[in-house]
Amino acid sequence: MRLTCPLCGPRDRREFYYSGAEDLLDRPEADAAPEVWHDYIHLRDNPAGMTRDLWYHEQGCGAWLVVTRDTVSHAISGVELVAPPQEGNASGGSISAKKKPGRKKKEAGDAA
Amino acid sequence: MRLDAGGLIDRSRPMSFRFDGRAYGGFAGDTLASALMANGVRVVGRSFKYHRPRGMLTAGSEEPNALVEVLEDGQQTPNVRATVQEVFEGLSAQGQNAWPSVRWDVMEVNDLLSPFLSAGFYYKTFMWPRAFWEAIYEPVIRRAAGLGRLSGRHDEAAYEKAHAFCDVLVIGSGPAGLMAAQVAAQSGADVILAEEDARMGGRLLADRGMVDGQPGVDWAAGVVAELATMPNVRLMTRTTVTGAYDDGTYGALERVGLHVAPQPNLPRECFWRIVAKQTVLAAGALERAIAHPSNDRPGIMMAGAVRAYVNRWAVAPGKRVTVFANNHSARATVRDLIAAGVEVAAVIDPRPDAPDEPGTRVFKGARVVGTKGRMGLKEITIDHEGRAFRFETDCLALSGGWNPTLHLTSHLGKRPVWRADIAAFVPGDNAVPGMIPAGACNGDFSTAACLAAGQAAAVRALSVLGIKPADIALPAAEDDATDMTPLWAVEGKGRAWLDFANDVTVKDVKLSAQEGFSANEHMKRYTTQGMAPDQGKNSSIGALAVLADTTGKGIPETGTTTYRPPFVPVSIAAMGAGARGMGFAPQRFTTSDQASRDRGAPMIEAGMWYRPSYFPKPGETTWREACAREVAMVRGNVGVADVSTLGKIDLQGADAARFLDFVYTNTFSTLPVGRVRYGLMLREDGFVLDDGTSARLADDRYLMTTTTAAAGLVMRHLEFVHQAFCRDFALRFISVTETWAQFAVAGPRARALIASLGIVQNLPFMGVASVMVGGVQGRLFRISFSGEEGYEIAVPARYGAGLFRDLVARAETMGGGAYGMEALNVLRIEKGFITHAEIHGRTTAFDIGMAGMVSAKKDCIGKAAAQRPGLNGPEREQLVGLRPQGDVAISAGAHLFNPGDEAKRENDQGYVTSVGPSPTLGGYLGLAFLKDGRARHGATVRLVDHLRGIDVLCTVCDPVFHDRDGGKMRA
Repeated sequence: MRLTCPLCGPRDRREFYYSGAEDLLDRPEADAAPEVWHDYIHLRDNPAGMTRDLWYHEQGCGAWLVVTRDTVSHAISGVELVAPPQEGNASGGSISAKKKPGRKKKEAGDAA
Repeated sequence: MRLDAGGLIDRSRPMSFRFDGRAYGGFAGDTLASALMANGVRVVGRSFKYHRPRGMLTAGSEEPNALVEVLEDGQQTPNVRATVQEVFEGLSAQGQNAWPSVRWDVMEVNDLLSPFLSAGFYYKTFMWPRAFWEAIYEPVIRRAAGLGRLSGRHDEAAYEKAHAFCDVLVIGSGPAGLMAAQVAAQSGADVILAEEDARMGGRLLADRGMVDGQPGVDWAAGVVAELATMPNVRLMTRTTVTGAYDDGTYGALERVGLHVAPQPNLPRECFWRIVAKQTVLAAGALERAIAHPSNDRPGIMMAGAVRAYVNRWAVAPGKRVTVFANNHSARATVRDLIAAGVEVAAVIDPRPDAPDEPGTRVFKGARVVGTKGRMGLKEITIDHEGRAFRFETDCLALSGGWNPTLHLTSHLGKRPVWRADIAAFVPGDNAVPGMIPAGACNGDFSTAACLAAGQAAAVRALSVLGIKPADIALPAAEDDATDMTPLWAVEGKGRAWLDFANDVTVKDVKLSAQEGFSANEHMKRYTTQGMAPDQGKNSSIGALAVLADTTGKGIPETGTTTYRPPFVPVSIAAMGAGARGMGFAPQRFTTSDQASRDRGAPMIEAGMWYRPSYFPKPGETTWREACAREVAMVRGNVGVADVSTLGKIDLQGADAARFLDFVYTNTFSTLPVGRVRYGLMLREDGFVLDDGTSARLADDRYLMTTTTAAAGLVMRHLEFVHQAFCRDFALRFISVTETWAQFAVAGPRARALIASLGIVQNLPFMGVASVMVGGVQGRLFRISFSGEEGYEIAVPARYGAGLFRDLVARAETMGGGAYGMEALNVLRIEKGFITHAEIHGRTTAFDIGMAGMVSAKKDCIGKAAAQRPGLNGPEREQLVGLRPQGDVAISAGAHLFNPGDEAKRENDQGYVTSVGPSPTLGGYLGLAFLKDGRARHGATVRLVDHLRGIDVLCTVCDPVFHDRDGGKMRA
């Protein structure tokens, strides 16, 4: 398996560390309900088909990546940086969770 | 019998070798199989189950019978296929699965018992009585099972692993592969041409057909010579592509030194990982047998193999050959034998309309129904129009058609597709993305069709790559149809073998279906068909056809079993090349490594680092003596220890402080410049990730230390938090673990030692300062992991070795010295300092008594989850100290119980994480997690270690045993 790191180019998967679904990017607010935190930390889909997973280019540039991959065909259709380079990154911004529009949050209790 | 002329052997280079203890001669270019055949050796192995005498069936890596043990230098490599092993001067091999020899084998009695050893024999026989299984059945079965023997010694030979990259990988160098490689190479693509054989050419080496007006073998040699001159081409002979993996990655096994006498430093094999943008699969086809009665005798072999032995190795497999084939391709065998002067007694052709053949007699619509000759074929019986004829013959050339070698196309899970017109499976569409099957492996069997397919495949691959294909004229070649009429099995008296290696017959497959194992995958497991070293290459399609016939389902509906990597057996030694012994894991050495070893310190692994365990003095015989001395030295005088293995991360930027506030539970933005603070990090699920100190070097610069064990983990975590949640922060950080050498100087006289270096610093506890150390810019921290007044002094790593020797020498003149990991561990246990023995992934800040460090004023990673019900409270196992009641040793891993309770899981009260013999307090100390432990100081618990036989009562106490108010380290 090979991943094309947006910064380093195509590399063997041994250079990367796998860290599960991209759900980890949707960090709830600090005061969110316990169910929301439970969902964020513990509940994951297990689809046969498209997944968006986090990979870390540990043996390369250190970038965290979101890899779009089909678990059935193993086809990789996209590799994006978690933190794309931005212009004028001189002063501090705020702590922010990445909110992905259109992504359906699971209902609490869905795990059953 | 060696023919007088011809062949691709070098008669000017004779080679002598041994087989089963006897000396034989061969030539350069011979395989062990061809050389044995040239010497008239017919029996080269015994079958697995019935111990039937067996000879060569094929001439390639698919060989099921001629499996031998190759001996060299006390080593013994089993299951080497004699058809692949090249002959070299001094080669020594022996037959296997036989005792005392392949000619005389006492286990042959199994053959007489064969009526009782049918499919499923083991499942049916060894079921009862139950008590017999472990005591009797299993040992006996284990002794009889397995093919070949190992030497039992370590394999000390060299193996290698390597990576390669190319635009176009061509697998196989027959007409299709050579044509594809030529087109791709001349178009300018980077090409790797991988060929399993020692010589490029594939079928062209074994046949006498013409290509481009010259013998095919000459055309192949010409193309190969041209490719060899091109800088964009890598020719890899003796290299079998063993597996296809995702995204154009292929595994390949190269036999580097197996064809020559062992040489120092020459690897036996190299395991390649080849990454190809496009791949042309030109793996050819494997001839299939016909399961006729008694078809397993030495001398019965594939027609294509007979042709290969005659043409390539100039060996006649017999004096009087008969041919049994249902197709046209085997007629080339007849013609080549006759041309070589070998008598062809008869052609038995089941096709009623089969053509005649000059120089021999063709029995049309006939079948072979029996054979004779225990140690080698002597006679066959045929059925021709209801009448039986017998022929004296010592070689029967067999052909049931050809199976495309499509195994690699199934490695990503795609099933082959049945093509009724050629009665064969072919690769499914786009079975492996980026791989284009061409030629015989795709069902195109004639040489002309292969050449055209190879060219077309290369053009297709080049178009994907955006490379303009070179215009190369297609060479002319034979274009005969195979003209095959399927015939899988011949009814008759006697066993008809499908799987030669595992002794699976037509009867076994039928029995399997009758007993309900009628699915292909079930039949395979019930009969063991296809589970021998050849992995069914010779038998699976035939067995499938017999099964389909028995069940009444068609072949396509029955389907093939799944082909998985590797295509040929791959030695574990090649896959794990370089990973033996010290190569098992990378080794990291500190700058003080040599100095520690010079002082006789036993080195122990800490992650990938090697650290000194203790520094023995003359007269000390145990680690405990040295450890006790070193602990006392630190408590009473001064000690020096290398702490460079701790992770160090340099964080810079206007938002570095805010970042640390977010990743640590406690606050770092309030830390003044020049000060150090202990910090605790949680995982997002609320459990402790790591701890360590961070120093503020400037307003916008911190130096974080992590534990040795979690250095990589913390770096990964920080990168994630930064990139996922703090991406707008003005922040950069980098690991500087290996940039700095850092040494702890601890003890009541530590300050004096630091002063002797000329460093005049009145550092407060938890202070940091930039200092000059012997003219080198360094850093001095006042931190303590021992509980004594402690400093850590850091210099650029290139000065580490020198500084360590200097520090130890100064300490020794003061009556102190170096201390190792054992003393370091005891010192920190005495102080109740935690390591990853305590923060092992299942403990919370509350558990270790640090709930107060989780700041209420800010959010941090893990804060929300740490407040979950169940992670705080008296039901939690909490960090406590333990002291055994009496002078006895206790052990980490032991469990705790209330005194009087039975020591069983239901009564478990906690467990011990760290122990050490304390010279300071006397006796063993332990750190443990105990239910509601903080409320139980002074109580007695029972410590039980079933493994080590320890059962003692302990007193629960505060985890800080020594200098509880910290006055010493703050002094």
